[in-house]
Amino acid sequence: MAQVADRLQPWLATLDGRPRGGSRWLQDLRDQAASRFVALGFPTVRDEEWRFTNVAPIAATAFRPAPAARIDAEALNGFVYADAPFRLVIVNGRVAPELSRTAGLPTGMRFGSLAAASTEHADVVGRYLGQLADTASRAFAALNTAFTHDGAYVFIPDGVVLEQPLQILFVSAGDPSQAATISHPRSLIVAGDRSEARIVETYVSARGVKHFTNAVTEVVAGEGAVIDHYKVEEESVDAFHIASMHIHAARSSNVSTHAFTLGGRLVRNDIVAVLDGEGAEATLNGLYLADGDRLVDTHTTIDHAKPHCPSHEVYKGIIGGNARAVFNGKIIVRQDAQKTDAKQTNRALLLSDHATINTKPQLEIFADDVKCTHGAAIGQLDEDAVFYLRARGLTFAEARDLLIHAFAGEVIDRVRIEPLKVALEAELYDQLARDLAEVDAA
Amino acid sequence: MLDIKNLQVTAEDKQILKGIDLHVEAGEVHAIMGPNGSGKSTLARVLAGHPEYQVTGGEVFYDGRDLLALDPDERAREGVFMAFQYPVEIAGVTNAYFLKAALNAKRKHQGLPELDAIEFLQLSKAKAKLLQIDQAMLSRAVNEGFSGGEKKRNEIFQMALLEPRLAILDETDSGLDIDALKTVSDGVNALRSPERAIIVVTHYQRLLNYIVPDFVHVLSGGRIVKSGDKSLALELEQKGYGWIEAA
Repeated sequence: MAQVADRLQPWLATLDGRPRGGSRWLQDLRDQAASRFVALGFPTVRDEEWRFTNVAPIAATAFRPAPAARIDAEALNGFVYADAPFRLVIVNGRVAPELSRTAGLPTGMRFGSLAAASTEHADVVGRYLGQLADTASRAFAALNTAFTHDGAYVFIPDGVVLEQPLQILFVSAGDPSQAATISHPRSLIVAGDRSEARIVETYVSARGVKHFTNAVTEVVAGEGAVIDHYKVEEESVDAFHIASMHIHAARSSNVSTHAFTLGGRLVRNDIVAVLDGEGAEATLNGLYLADGDRLVDTHTTIDHAKPHCPSHEVYKGIIGGNARAVFNGKIIVRQDAQKTDAKQTNRALLLSDHATINTKPQLEIFADDVKCTHGAAIGQLDEDAVFYLRARGLTFAEARDLLIHAFAGEVIDRVRIEPLKVALEAELYDQLARDLAEVDAA
Repeated sequence: MLDIKNLQVTAEDKQILKGIDLHVEAGEVHAIMGPNGSGKSTLARVLAGHPEYQVTGGEVFYDGRDLLALDPDERAREGVFMAFQYPVEIAGVTNAYFLKAALNAKRKHQGLPELDAIEFLQLSKAKAKLLQIDQAMLSRAVNEGFSGGEKKRNEIFQMALLEPRLAILDETDSGLDIDALKTVSDGVNALRSPERAIIVVTHYQRLLNYIVPDFVHVLSGGRIVKSGDKSLALELEQKGYGWIEAA
């Protein structure tokens, strides 16, 4: 315990400097979360949920709070898909209005700063903020909540259907020569009954920038709402990224998430979706690329709380070099949740002898009339397929690239924003080409 | 065109081919027959460059060049084609994409301009008609969910597109009903030409009623034990392989 307390010591001082002020409810939320974080401390590998991911390097770093920073609009162009028709740019945890494009949205809709909304739209924000993110047991969510100030706020009124996607672009701006910074971006998405939207969260930083992004997103989907959510993580390979996304899906709503993890040194993504009304449907898709010494950890939970809810999950990983990946897919079917239809697939492609993955499906079923299937497959490139392609004239490198892209294609093809799909494909090609060039040279 | 001299091959330390000699000229059709385990499929795969086999002795010349020194993809681009006994399923890659990549790899090698999507579609349509292949098969993933007959027709379709100089059919007839067998044979016969050689590896004589060979060789225990003309195939059909193995 003494060791754990020592580890927390510098963090306690940091907690003293957390944002203050604002409404009473917001201050209470932060204070309670700060106490929870102090009580929980950082998870260790003795914690079942963190068995394969050691966050000691995070706990041991003296991060400084990310300072206010200005960046040029041109600087955004280098990042994968930065150009949605509506975009909210958040630099070092603060909304940058000069880079954002939010004019022309439907009446009654809100897409902007969470800090501003917590006073201007206090009734909605106060009702939902912090209601889904579980700070009682999740140390990083508690830490984020203790520091909650600004971030993204999306409110879609009942019945509003958005034709154009919304993008929330989180930039960690800095200089590679500077000491590591920390930010706690927070997003709250409230989708009214029968509303429809496509939302892209993109997390980026320039090469070599050292930082820790500790993000929390809450999504409240009203009855019959259709939310198509994309998360693209493409931060520097010197970045830590820990994020949790919490979804509450009401009756007949349909929530899809697509997680693309392309950057970061240590990345942990938690997604928790609660299907809390009959006929609610969830789709969780993901693709991650891990190379070098990177670690990508994904934990998903789909909680079937009501009857007649289908869920679909496809996660694929491409792991090379000395990289490690973790996938843990939990499906809970509550006693009341008869006629649940849950399907989970998790596949990993190991491109080197040193790449590893730890994968575990976890089914907790308390109802008796349900259909749950899960499958995990880990493998290397199919040698028979490589030979088949070579026997038709493709070089080894061409055959390998074709098979890797076919593997990733199943996830990328489901992206329903065409420019994002194109950008992801190009990025995947670029990154693989760089990695494979190293393999070929070795 | 193809000169095989005393070819010896092992797989997993087990000797399978124990000295094969075979000479094939352009324009000829050779049938390689033999009982199960005789090494006839091994011969086909070694010629295509399958990595599972080690050549421990002998030589293979293709147009005077050392074929064994070439990678499998180089052999393919130089005009060697093997129709697989068990075509591989490749999820996520459409047949059209795969075939276009294969065709353009070869065209690039020959210094010809690569075909664009429209040109490829026109060419593939014509070839598909020849083999009674449903256009829909082009947009399906390579061999995925194909019936046995569809897979074999897809192999011959690839052969028709790639127009190899040396085609090796590895038990292309196995598992085909009579209609599919006729379609596949028609496809192969359409490709017979004075510039092209075809090696047909088969267990049964049936296919040779439709693809009539110039020469028939019988493989047994890793060696060619008998060679003759098409009448040898009929003799095998009547007597079985026992009398050859016993000899």
